[in-house]
Amino acid sequence: MLNVERIRQDFPILQTEVYPGVPLIFLDSAASSQRPNAVIEAMDEYYRSEHANVHRGIYRLSEEATNAYEDARARIARFINAPGSYQVIYVRNTTEAINLVAYSWAHANVGPGDEILLTEMEHHSNLVPWQLIAAQTGAKLRFVPFKPDGTLDLEKLPQLLTRRTKLFSFTAVSNVFGTINPVRELVDAAHAVGALALVDAAQAAPHMPVDVQAWDCDFLAFSGHKMCGPTGIGILYGKREILEAMPPFMGGGDMILRVRLESSDWNELPWKFEAGTPAIAEAVGLGVAVDYLSAIGMDAIHAHEAFITGYALEALSEVPGLTIIGPSAAQKGGVAAFTLAGTHPHDVAELLDKRGIAVRAGHHCAMPLHKKLGLTATTRASFYLHTTTAEIDQLAEGLNHVREVFRL
Amino acid sequence: MDSSIYREQIIDLYEHPLNYGALDPHDFSYEEDNPLCGDVIRIDVRLDEDNRVADVKWSGDGCAISQASASLLTEEIKGMTLEEVRAFPKERLLELVGVPLSMVRVKCALLSLKVLKAGAYGLPDASELHGDL
Repeated sequence: MLNVERIRQDFPILQTEVYPGVPLIFLDSAASSQRPNAVIEAMDEYYRSEHANVHRGIYRLSEEATNAYEDARARIARFINAPGSYQVIYVRNTTEAINLVAYSWAHANVGPGDEILLTEMEHHSNLVPWQLIAAQTGAKLRFVPFKPDGTLDLEKLPQLLTRRTKLFSFTAVSNVFGTINPVRELVDAAHAVGALALVDAAQAAPHMPVDVQAWDCDFLAFSGHKMCGPTGIGILYGKREILEAMPPFMGGGDMILRVRLESSDWNELPWKFEAGTPAIAEAVGLGVAVDYLSAIGMDAIHAHEAFITGYALEALSEVPGLTIIGPSAAQKGGVAAFTLAGTHPHDVAELLDKRGIAVRAGHHCAMPLHKKLGLTATTRASFYLHTTTAEIDQLAEGLNHVREVFRL
Repeated sequence: MDSSIYREQIIDLYEHPLNYGALDPHDFSYEEDNPLCGDVIRIDVRLDEDNRVADVKWSGDGCAISQASASLLTEEIKGMTLEEVRAFPKERLLELVGVPLSMVRVKCALLSLKVLKAGAYGLPDASELHGDL
């Protein structure tokens, strides 16, 4: 078990009050997590005494900055068990990682009559880039449906994955249902028809062990800010031969070896995909974040969240009129999206805020998912390594208060 | 903490909206949603021979603030001329709603007015009203 009280001391924001006398109860880590002192201090220290541009200067400081930047990459590579650091490309976030694959790989490999397979539970960041690609290339999008319990309808997979499928891009964990998808099974199914597999790990990398070799995925995308790291930094992992064959996504400094007026030679991996001065302090911060998470242990974090999620599903089910969407605790990551009969999610979130409880209200960047359920919005509480059962009790109490205000 | 934005009148109007329904025939009708939260409001207006609001009905779905605001707005514009409706100040509606609202919730409160004005101006798309509510 995690020593949650001790972990909470690592997060300065958890010591703050939202209103005088009302401490913060942060239940929105799925949107963006908070960060521990170690990450904040590492970035601060980097700016105070280590900053210079990377891969350029001959002087000592630039060399140190380059080392810090590349050392973080190596630690992130270990965190996802990538065979080599050169397969870990710094991007801004999951969205940019997916767009990189869309604009670089898909433009070179997808054409009219080809298909890209997605699922109905994708975040907009794994839908819209492919809509753009489909419009530009003439490829067709297809979707694995989800069942009423919020799990994928895998029986439909054989008819959806065909020789025309060039890519199967799917989320490892739904940001609304919390569904933990069978990643390896889905990757294998894609490979069986000769398609590549992209795993959106935005909701997986922060919460459970991620092993790109065990999953055998061709691409993996995740964001730093959802896993105790800074905003503005994310990762695209790719298999070596695929990344090497891909054209650059953006052109500029650092991604070239030699530049002539009319043409250039590309730098090698991973820098081929890192044009311009990168987010150096953020990379350093993410390196510290993965160290922080690894020191606690991703298995332990996952176990804690499974415990909290089970506790939350039980506590919330006692609130009259409350319906949780998505699967049972056994198949669910640390997310509980729900409706409360007779109330609108924005009103729920606003009343909870008065008690210091931060939850998300809306469609959580998954409008098609909500539309299929006949909902415009839900309220979502999401959990992390610092979430306590006492906070869940406060949430349930807050929801009963909402019912009172609405005279339910 | 206080729940002052949910003063009794707001909850009353959420439970028992005023002027709820549809008008057919009508002189103008408009519907728009706030994609951020999925709130949707439709307003139907019938004018008399002097171009004054003879009757108005609204329908929709959304949070307590957006729904209460629609009741208050439709109640307020009865008898107004089309020109007065077009010039209806957003400050007046916020005053009618009468509770302190954060930036995000102001959009909820003003959705009904946006819909009403888009209808009154005969606009194909309410986004043309941005900044000019």
